[in-house]
Amino acid sequence: MASQKRISKELADCSASPPAGMSITLASDSDVHKWHITLDGPVGSAYAGGRFGLIVSLPTDYPFKPPVVTFATRIYHPNVTNDATGAICLGLLKPEQWKPSTRVQSVLEAVRALLVEPNPDDPLESRIADEYRANRAEFNRNARAYVNKYATGPVTFSSAAAAGSAAGSGSGSGDATGGKAQGS
Amino acid sequence: MSSTAATSNKRIIASAGPEAAPPTPVTTASNGMDSEDDFMSAVSSGDDIQDDSDNDDMSGADDDFDFDDEPDPDLGIHKDIMQRKKVAYDISFKVYEPADIQKQQDVLIDEVNMILDISKEEAAILLRYFRWNKERLIEDYMDKPRQVLEAAGLAQVSASPPKLEVIPGFMCDICCEDEEGLQTFAIKCGHRYCADCYRHYLSQKIKEEGEAARIQCPADGCNLIIDARSLDLLVTPELRTRYHELLNRTYVEDKDQLKWCPAPDCQNAIECQVKKKDLDKVVPTVSCLCSHRFCFGCILNDHQPAPCELVKRWLKKCADDSETANWISANTKECPKCNSTIEKNGGCNHMTCRKCKHEFCWMCMGLWSEHGTSWYNCNRFEEKSGTEARDAQAKSRVSLERYLHYYNRYANHEQSARLDKDIYHKTEKKMVQLQRDSKMSWIEVQYLNSASQALQTCRQTLMWTYAFAFYLARNNQTEMFEDNQKDLEMAVESLSEMFEKPVAELQDPKLKVEIMDKTSYCNKRRVILLDDTAQNLAEGKGDRNLLALAL
Repeated sequence: MASQKRISKELADCSASPPAGMSITLASDSDVHKWHITLDGPVGSAYAGGRFGLIVSLPTDYPFKPPVVTFATRIYHPNVTNDATGAICLGLLKPEQWKPSTRVQSVLEAVRALLVEPNPDDPLESRIADEYRANRAEFNRNARAYVNKYATGPVTFSSAAAAGSAAGSGSGSGDATGGKAQGS
Repeated sequence: MSSTAATSNKRIIASAGPEAAPPTPVTTASNGMDSEDDFMSAVSSGDDIQDDSDNDDMSGADDDFDFDDEPDPDLGIHKDIMQRKKVAYDISFKVYEPADIQKQQDVLIDEVNMILDISKEEAAILLRYFRWNKERLIEDYMDKPRQVLEAAGLAQVSASPPKLEVIPGFMCDICCEDEEGLQTFAIKCGHRYCADCYRHYLSQKIKEEGEAARIQCPADGCNLIIDARSLDLLVTPELRTRYHELLNRTYVEDKDQLKWCPAPDCQNAIECQVKKKDLDKVVPTVSCLCSHRFCFGCILNDHQPAPCELVKRWLKKCADDSETANWISANTKECPKCNSTIEKNGGCNHMTCRKCKHEFCWMCMGLWSEHGTSWYNCNRFEEKSGTEARDAQAKSRVSLERYLHYYNRYANHEQSARLDKDIYHKTEKKMVQLQRDSKMSWIEVQYLNSASQALQTCRQTLMWTYAFAFYLARNNQTEMFEDNQKDLEMAVESLSEMFEKPVAELQDPKLKVEIMDKTSYCNKRRVILLDDTAQNLAEGKGDRNLLALAL
């Protein structure tokens, strides 16, 4: 399959020069379709000091179908579901917007950018989005409380990994409308 | 008449079948009809007999209404000569077959191609971007060509048309393949990928996402649209067909005045100029070449004379369970002591609750013991004890009875309408039998077919008059409406009765004349009813009369 070659190449590139504040490993050496990413909370954001686990699942039809990216670590963020699924709402991961030339590296960078600047106009958690807009201080406090509670120890992918793969099939919730329905 | 002539006439009639019912046959003469018209005129020489029999029982004054009477194969020809009076519910529409839809697009594309000096593929992309509004396209393009091209997803460079190429030392950015002799492809933006990846990408977009008009270059962040010519170059013929189907679909869906015929397997589209905001004033009933009649406003089956909004409410009301509750409250009473719900299923007014053994009078709900000697003949209506219960009961009962009155009649006609197909087949059998038993020709028994058609159409109309009447407030116009309704219903019922007679009786020439007269009378009554109602609606009188719509 053509995707094998592409994935190997991407994995090699990504491991050699990972995006800022990230390290990449395979969930298991036999499967290049599931990546584990450790992401440091960007300095200057509410998540600074935290370490987050990200799971990237590449579908068999990758790169013609978008990867599924979920947070393995709980995070307080308008665009990430506030539960063990950790589904992310990211425009570039929606099937109709996905381009086969887009690389995992750009996806990871987009996720990082989302931590620096959440997008409250397209929320998965509308309550958090409202808070982000209306009461930034409160939002920052809550986000940091989550960091302290969930994102300080060593990153684990195990508990949420199962949920992450389940989210793979339900990745539809990552799109805007699904997110809004869920948020209400 | 020779057998060949008979069969050819049968064929004509079959092909003219769709024309039997539409309210505006003249306007259906579109591009798509040309071929059919030709076909009709080519064989019309054999129709004289039928024309004669048609016109014999029609006085000149009847011409306004005769379009429904017979599936007249000459429709296109002699209707053009005779100017029909325009009836109020008549709306104009056109039917387009797939070839017409393609042709319309081609014409527009050619025009833009010539005026703006851009390729046809690019003209098509521009037109789709402007939802086929050619005037706005040209105006905007003349004004700021650069922005327009960019927004529509077109390259500003005029390179030679894209083709498959082998580039030495090339590596595909999607699959990372770099073997020698790899076929590659790029549209004008120059983002080059291997042909396999391009194909895979396109087939996924077309097959899985049903996308066609807005498939972009596979490059990240490049919004250039892939044109039809490039696509044809890459994909299999099967996928190409699907792609063009999808493009045609966007054409019809992009235009407000075009809609697909909802009949299964029908590929035609209908054009009608009725605007959405006018749907409270007109009921735009159109008729496809496949003979399916539907409302252009809501795509439901023909529901004249009731406007779309009313139809929606009526259907919802009929589907609602709330009427069950209504029935319960009207047909049952609660035991005054223990509140068990009781349906009186016979017997006298002396009720004994099975649960609590309370004895009361069904009429006045008062204690039975108070009735003294007037047992079984309650005359205690002036007594206070049961007044309240009776009031609540009465109110609900009236509204339910009103609803049931209209619903039963609606449902009755609906059921008859559902048997349409059955009736049609039965008619055909009858016609064959009649031909064999009497010495009538196929054409001479056509009157039965017309009668059956008239019955179906009129029943469909009648059905909706009851839904319509349910929402009407009482006034002079309602009375007129109900008179019209009554006339039509009586005519339909008596035609139906004649129509059901055994073949032996149908051979009587007197009955034939009667049926033909009744058929034309039914059609006339229907036209009058629809015309009156449509006029009232159009004048906005209907608006004020529609009870529940204003509630």
